[in-house]
Amino acid sequence: MSNVNYFLTEEQQMIVDLARQIAHEKIIPVRARLDETEEFPWDIMKDLAQADLFGLYIPEEFGGLGGGCFENCIAVEQLAYGCIAVTTTFAASALGGYPIVMYGTEGQKKRYLPDIASGARLAAFGLTEAGAGSDAAAIKTTAVEDGDYWVLNGTKQWITSGGEAEIYTIIALTDKNKGARGASAFILEKGDDGFTFGKKEKKMGLRASATRELVFNDCRIPKDRLLGRRGLGFIIAMKTLDLARPGIGAIGVGLSQAALDESATYARQRVQFGQPIISFQAIQHMLADMATHIEAARALVYSVARTIDSGEKDISKISAMAKLFPTDVAMKVTTDAVQILGGYGYMKDYPVEKMMRDAKILQIYEGTNQIQRNVIGQALNKEYARR
Amino acid sequence: MDIVVCIKQVPDAESVKWDHKTGTLIRDGVKSVINPFDYHAIEAALTLKDELGGKVIAVTMGPPQAQEAIREAMSMGVDGGVVVSDRAFAGADTLATTYTLAQAIKKLGDVDVVFCGKQAIDGDTAQVGPGLAVRLRFPCVTYASQMDILDGERGLRIRRISEHGFDVVEVEFPVVVTVLSSLNTPRVPSLKGKMRAKKAEVPLWSASDIDASLDKIGLSGSPTKVYSTFIPKFEARREFIEGGAEEQADALVERLKEAGII
Repeated sequence: MSNVNYFLTEEQQMIVDLARQIAHEKIIPVRARLDETEEFPWDIMKDLAQADLFGLYIPEEFGGLGGGCFENCIAVEQLAYGCIAVTTTFAASALGGYPIVMYGTEGQKKRYLPDIASGARLAAFGLTEAGAGSDAAAIKTTAVEDGDYWVLNGTKQWITSGGEAEIYTIIALTDKNKGARGASAFILEKGDDGFTFGKKEKKMGLRASATRELVFNDCRIPKDRLLGRRGLGFIIAMKTLDLARPGIGAIGVGLSQAALDESATYARQRVQFGQPIISFQAIQHMLADMATHIEAARALVYSVARTIDSGEKDISKISAMAKLFPTDVAMKVTTDAVQILGGYGYMKDYPVEKMMRDAKILQIYEGTNQIQRNVIGQALNKEYARR
Repeated sequence: MDIVVCIKQVPDAESVKWDHKTGTLIRDGVKSVINPFDYHAIEAALTLKDELGGKVIAVTMGPPQAQEAIREAMSMGVDGGVVVSDRAFAGADTLATTYTLAQAIKKLGDVDVVFCGKQAIDGDTAQVGPGLAVRLRFPCVTYASQMDILDGERGLRIRRISEHGFDVVEVEFPVVVTVLSSLNTPRVPSLKGKMRAKKAEVPLWSASDIDASLDKIGLSGSPTKVYSTFIPKFEARREFIEGGAEEQADALVERLKEAGII
């Protein structure tokens, strides 16, 4: 339980309360089953839609609530307390929607945003390929102009909600020789000719989230699906990730808080050597470090999200920090949670082993934590060169 | 479709404490929540509105803070609500409560359906729904566990659970329906609903606002005295009576006499 005052507005407190209610009533009771069966959490997506949460960051004129990065962060933090596979499915829709909010034409916004805001259709984002992970510029998927159409060929890999989402923002090469200006962003719809899905991946954690390949085989889409201008693909991708990364940090905070709550509750009940194990300093110090790191991570995420919403343009470094620190904290905290629960923690009867399996992805997706350090390091190099 | 849902604020079962000396509930400082069954009544009302259109009004009798219950119902999608609130209502039993609620519902105008939870978890009488139906002169279907709309939108087909099994009944509007938790899964509130509810005016109606006769409300309208409370037992016995028709009839009459029924 955090009793630090983050000065939430009444409206923001409503978002927290509602997301927390959904985590407790709808997510926690089914998370172990979803993890076991890898079932896509459609029922919970419907609850989140009913709650208006898919529209948090979408402008009011397109059916959303007109919130920003901060509102998104406080919502996913609470949902992640329940299950980060469910939360990732929710957040992936925003990752697909942000590019349309930022770069869409009026027509594209009218066509796609109301459905994304209402949760009637899930969105997804496709950049990664088999040979292009951290090295995003190595993508091979191409889009070639052909009269009134673009024709896409190639395969995207590990796309969250692939096959389940209906609206996709895809990055493809439009001019192979133009380097960073050689890619463009496109809006794809499930059902487009030549657009199919690969098999569902089996994963260590995050198992309720669907991860699939997107396969483009002479996929023809009308010209008006180009998002932003030709050549803006990588810029759109980077801006989208900059905006989304604090959200991943917030997921780390929510997951860590859940792991701490489980550990502290257990440590008070578990008796060894005639006393509850929380009375041992070894356990107390672990819990103290967990709680302190979580609060620091939360404060970082909230401050960065608010800075982004205030209109700050130069956000790559701080956004990377807001992803890096909380997700490293989540890995450490969930691992320590399993340690505190000992043998019980390793069993599926308790939720912490799932939390630890799930936590690992946070250090990998949306840019590995090594890439985040690169971003921060390069920004520092630039900053200090100017002094 | 004009739909009313009756709700009640009850002490939060998770925060309630027991006074071992007096053997009563300590209600001070206990959070009030909407009676759990009433969430299912709200969901039934909203589902019907989703299908047939119209509006849903929530009604509750209680102190002014019961406005919170109305706001919570509104955050789920209920269009509006009133709290029937007056010191004169205090001490009401189910007879006085049904009179009071019925007066408020009559003031709302024409109503097609009234939904109630099957019972409140504090009083556990399950009498308010049926009592309300009598006051409104509506048919009443209790313990609904499944509900469909009849062709022509003229009424409902309801599966109701009893101690011995279930009945499927068809009933035309207007009707009072009390619902079980197995009927549906209540929806979560929405952010837009929460914001609307926060700003909404929730009127408080006094005894004179609903033209209530003072002898029918509150303590003076409540003949019920509670001496003890218990959970009734339903023991079913079954016996096959053999023999010819006349023999069986005689045996049956004998049994009924023994049981004091005739």
